[in-house]
Amino acid sequence: MALKIENISKTFDATPVLRDISLFTEDGEFLALLGPSGSGKTTLLRIIAGLEQPDAGAVRFRDKDLLAKPVRERRIGLVFQHYALFRHMTAAQNIAFGMNAKPRKLRPSRREIRDKVAELLSLVQLDGLGGRYPSQLSGGQRQRVALARALAIEPDLLLLDEPFGALDAKVRRELRRWLRDLHERTGLTTIFVTHDQEEALELADRVALLREGALEQMGTPEEVYHEPASAFVFDFLGDSVSFPCEIKGGVAVIAGAGVPIIGPHPNDGAATAYTRPNGFDVSPGDGPGLAARVRSVLLAGPDARVDCVLDGGGAIEMRLPLDVARKLAPRDRVTVTPRTVRVW
Amino acid sequence: MSDPSRLERRSHAARDPGPMAAVFVVLTVGFMAVALILPLLAVFVEALSKGVGLYLNAISESDALSAVRLTLLVVVIAVPLNTVFGLTAAWAVTKFEFSGKQLLLTLIDLPLSISPVISGLMFVLLYGAHGWFGPELRAMGIQIIFDVSGIVIATTLVTLPFVARELIPLMQAQGKDEEYAAATLGASTWRTFWQVTLPNIRWALLYGVLLCTARAMGEFGAVSVVSARVRGETATMPLEVEILYNEYNATGAFAIASLLALFALVALIAKTVLENQFAGDLAAQRRH
Repeated sequence: MALKIENISKTFDATPVLRDISLFTEDGEFLALLGPSGSGKTTLLRIIAGLEQPDAGAVRFRDKDLLAKPVRERRIGLVFQHYALFRHMTAAQNIAFGMNAKPRKLRPSRREIRDKVAELLSLVQLDGLGGRYPSQLSGGQRQRVALARALAIEPDLLLLDEPFGALDAKVRRELRRWLRDLHERTGLTTIFVTHDQEEALELADRVALLREGALEQMGTPEEVYHEPASAFVFDFLGDSVSFPCEIKGGVAVIAGAGVPIIGPHPNDGAATAYTRPNGFDVSPGDGPGLAARVRSVLLAGPDARVDCVLDGGGAIEMRLPLDVARKLAPRDRVTVTPRTVRVW
Repeated sequence: MSDPSRLERRSHAARDPGPMAAVFVVLTVGFMAVALILPLLAVFVEALSKGVGLYLNAISESDALSAVRLTLLVVVIAVPLNTVFGLTAAWAVTKFEFSGKQLLLTLIDLPLSISPVISGLMFVLLYGAHGWFGPELRAMGIQIIFDVSGIVIATTLVTLPFVARELIPLMQAQGKDEEYAAATLGASTWRTFWQVTLPNIRWALLYGVLLCTARAMGEFGAVSVVSARVRGETATMPLEVEILYNEYNATGAFAIASLLALFALVALIAKTVLENQFAGDLAAQRRH
């Protein structure tokens, strides 16, 4: 186990930000801290880096107490959400900063520093741009300078705070793939904070989901996606549709239709059923299931988006195969049944 | 900012001033001409009205030179003190959280809102012969009021906010992330200050120092209360101007005044040059 976080709690002005969080990373692992804004993920990252002190709990790295060390002795590379590059220094000077800051005895020679800077610039694919100031670089390039600067101190652990947060969608996707490659090459234990579930699921070896300062679930992307521990996780990891149901004899009864339940089965009684927008069958006319009227059919896309107004109130937004959707028209009466549901 | 049409509309509005803008410009320039430029010109005209020879005599007189020396001495002490204070206060206020921060910010502004005359009186009440600490100071053989030290202290207090006020908004806007980044990269607080914080605020700092200098040179109210106004000993340039003027020595008064105005103009020009530089820096930071 590389990093071990034990029962961390933190309160800002009487508002609890982190509640008794425990988690760990394996050596060389790529871990995502995923959660909506205000879930405490950035605070947790800053506690690991040493920029915040927790009220309670412990942080250990390879069995050494990390909290006892000041920030500058932790050897943790941190890439800030807005990069925090030194604006009056060139990219190369930014990258060299950590090496120059070492005590004289440990400081590499000027030549070594220059070589290392060139090597890192090349690693982050910014060869020849070392003389540029941050204001002369694009967002994606600044991001990579910040990463190279963090890597220059040869950290034991790399922390990334919303690494793609300030970039546009196309650059995000490119950098995401590139970052994954880089991680595979360096093998550095990495924790990154994100509120983008797609990013977390695509990049991370494991995902830790945070909600209101507490750990909601932790597992591989596959586990958290297919075995969500709570309605929150299910809802956060993808679009979801929910409606009231009645649990009876191991199935969810929704408007007269019995629907199989996946995941944990709750006790009989009233509950809320959840499914994804693509988990519905739609048949024309009336039958067991949710009676509805089609509001709109949108066919532009790999699948169709069909909006229905439920007779019982509320609306459902579904994703249906194009051939099914082509048979539907606005104001058609239909019956909607989820194929399977999760119930919490 | 990303909306190009909005950007265009705005720059269009800026290009096309319209009649109202012309009225405002004329009013502003007219007011400035009457209230600022004309009087300033008058100072130089009056100073040179009796000929260059008399002017040069007036400013090379021993009392005049001593006033210049005293003013420079006050500047050389008050400005560095307030530079250090401004840096410390701005650093404390913007990089750390502590209770009473708002109170400190308000207190920093206080010398700007109270009349300098009152500042001077406060010092008389504290350190004057009959003031709170007067007897103790006299017992120790220290004289502050009516002495050069009183002038320095009064000027320092009156010019205290200038550096701090330039730095605080800039440092607040810049945030703490660069300092944090430096810490994670292993830099000591000392190194971080010299290599990260100071270069980021250098223009604002210089600008504040210049403002502080200009203000320290021209300080009259507080200094006139605490100074003995002895020509050649405790008369700064503004005091010298007043003394000469009251003695009906217009040429002398205006000669010193013109020197003082010249100093101020030099400071103003330096400030403008810096401001341009500073604006470029700020724009770069905003792009950053």
